Amino acid sequence: MQSAEPELKALMLASLGGDAAAHRTLLDRLSRHLRGYYRRHLVRSGRGAEEAEDLVQEALLAIHLKRHTFDVETLFTPWVHAVARYKLVDYLRRNRISQSVVPIDDHRDLVATGEEASIESTHDLGRLLGRLPEKTRRTIEAVKLEGKTVAETAARYQMSESNVKITIHRGLKALAALIGRETRA
Amino acid sequence: MRTEDLVDVLGRSHQPVDRAIVRRRFVMALLIGGAFAVCVAIALLGTRPDLATARAVGFVAVKVGFGTAIFSLAAFYLVRIARPGGEGRVSLFVMAAPFLATVALAAAVLAGASPAHWDRMVMGQEWVECLVSIPLIAVAPFAAVIWAARRAAPTDLVGAGAFAGLVAGSISAMAYALHCTDDSLPFVTVWYGGTIALCTLAGALLGPRLLRW
Repeated sequence: MQSAEPELKALMLASLGGDAAAHRTLLDRLSRHLRGYYRRHLVRSGRGAEEAEDLVQEALLAIHLKRHTFDVETLFTPWVHAVARYKLVDYLRRNRISQSVVPIDDHRDLVATGEEASIESTHDLGRLLGRLPEKTRRTIEAVKLEGKTVAETAARYQMSESNVKITIHRGLKALAALIGRETRA
Repeated sequence: MRTEDLVDVLGRSHQPVDRAIVRRRFVMALLIGGAFAVCVAIALLGTRPDLATARAVGFVAVKVGFGTAIFSLAAFYLVRIARPGGEGRVSLFVMAAPFLATVALAAAVLAGASPAHWDRMVMGQEWVECLVSIPLIAVAPFAAVIWAARRAAPTDLVGAGAFAGLVAGSISAMAYALHCTDDSLPFVTVWYGGTIALCTLAGALLGPRLLRW
């Protein structure tokens, strides 16, 4: 289903330009494709939907943190597919699952299906956040749980706005590392 | 955790992205790595004594030209293969072209010379020094390029490592050319080409270890 490409790429370009709504929509759209992709391939190795959801979240974090590596001159779905597949291989290696289930697929395989219904992953966001440094945790919580803007958060904790942004970025990186470490059987 | 919650966090922490950063990191790594390579080559080996003569400049230019041809292609492809999915946008055939062209030229040179001279033309005076120096001088540019490549999130670690080694080897060969007085084309083909290939192999082997993200 090649038709996903123009739409996803347009969202990605808008997102890179700083459009937060586009970024959200993109991640939301991608999470459905990723869910379908991981469920399809993990079921073959006898793994459940929960683990697929763990991988969906790991891949979303990777896509978010590595979005600057997308070359705007190229197609977007091969880029996402490469990240998704890399995370799958990484997951199988970490859990010592035979790599024979790794599909010899191409990027069309990723966007071929979408799986709407998400389930809880094994990660507990509250607990993961609790393992971050105090300042990082409360910054992410203010912006995430309470829906504050960066400016409001900066004012509340008497930080500069760029400091808030950097703190959140570092926090997400740390979160990604924690999730990566946890996604191990 | 529900994935919707994660998307929520990520959506809110979004900000405009610097799209040129991958390229800029590579430029920085290549400048620093190149400067290091030249400094190491000069400090360790010194420049060739006849460097000021027109004859020597011509020979150095040929060797640097050989290095530049490989370097330009390798750097161009490295910036591609270092990104997710970039492995599909690399042509090994094009990459092999400068090597094949030099091999053909070297063969023509040998064919035109008396077989009695072949041994000296290929082995030169200092093939051992060349074999040791180029990989050694390549260490600094290799480290710099690996630093930049890892941050570009490669998904083919062996391939990206190989291209990082190829880039570092070609930089190193150009720096070593300032010192080396073996000027025959067959020598350059075998020992420069060979050591650059060796650097590429080392990069391919180290890639999965150094480039994981």
